Amino acid sequence: MKLQRATRCALFAVFELARVPGRQVSAADIAETYDLSVNHLAKVLRELTRARIIQSVRGAGGGYTLAANPKRLTLYDIVGKFEELGDDAGAPPEPGADTDGGRALDRVLTEIDDITVATLKSISLTTFMKLSRKSGA
Amino acid sequence: MSADQDGNQIRPATEADLPAIGAIDARITGAAKDAYWRDMFDRFGNRADRYFLLSENAGRVEGYIAGEVRAWEFGSPPSGWVFAIGTDPDARQRKVASRLFAAIAEAFRGRGVDTLRTMIARDDDLIMSFFRSQGMMAGPFVQLEMSVDEAWPGDDEAEAAS
Repeated sequence: MKLQRATRCALFAVFELARVPGRQVSAADIAETYDLSVNHLAKVLRELTRARIIQSVRGAGGGYTLAANPKRLTLYDIVGKFEELGDDAGAPPEPGADTDGGRALDRVLTEIDDITVATLKSISLTTFMKLSRKSGA
Repeated sequence: MSADQDGNQIRPATEADLPAIGAIDARITGAAKDAYWRDMFDRFGNRADRYFLLSENAGRVEGYIAGEVRAWEFGSPPSGWVFAIGTDPDARQRKVASRLFAAIAEAFRGRGVDTLRTMIARDDDLIMSFFRSQGMMAGPFVQLEMSVDEAWPGDDEAEAAS
């Protein structure tokens, strides 16, 4: 699975804020750590702020802090803000959808989507941080 | 087994614990399954390579875990399977399940097993998050199923693989 650039920005930003609880981190610092475009990251940070996953602190020494509970916030909560996940009931039908082949393809893709959603929903930010520490060992 | 500084103790389940274990399961699932827990105890209580443990505090059962060592299913070397775990909802957020998981992992390790496995419903966010928090990831096996009424008898590919 390949994530969009905005999704990776969001995951790295939230992860970075969770790594230093209570400390304000600037967009520039996050961008430098993960080699991200500051402009692109700024848009993502606004979206995360609107979703109340993070909060911005204005003024000198301002930056961003995590607003959500890292034990409750899952990767799905973050990824789902930037990617189409799972249910596409509202989407217009793809060409060929109403054929035997189209329906069979839909069953296979639904299986893949279900597993993706279940995986993302089961990994909290706290668990992701544990995984990160283990991966870095 | 001795209790920790907070009075939590992990020990093998006994027959006398079955009502308390069944009550926890019934609170979680909404279904009383007395015969199931009796059968579970008969098959897994006090057996080599099979574990049925509980956590108690001040004489009150707060959680349980059950599992066994399985070897060479589908070519897999011996691994420790966890197939039942439950915590009294009133005792959640106190690491009861984590202690039980650690205890059964230690028991499996003592049997020379280095892999833990389990199977959970894909939509059971709570229990799947718990196992993830313990470090579990998707393994090399995929669970497949179908209705027997939908079987495709005589399928060439299936015959070739059998």
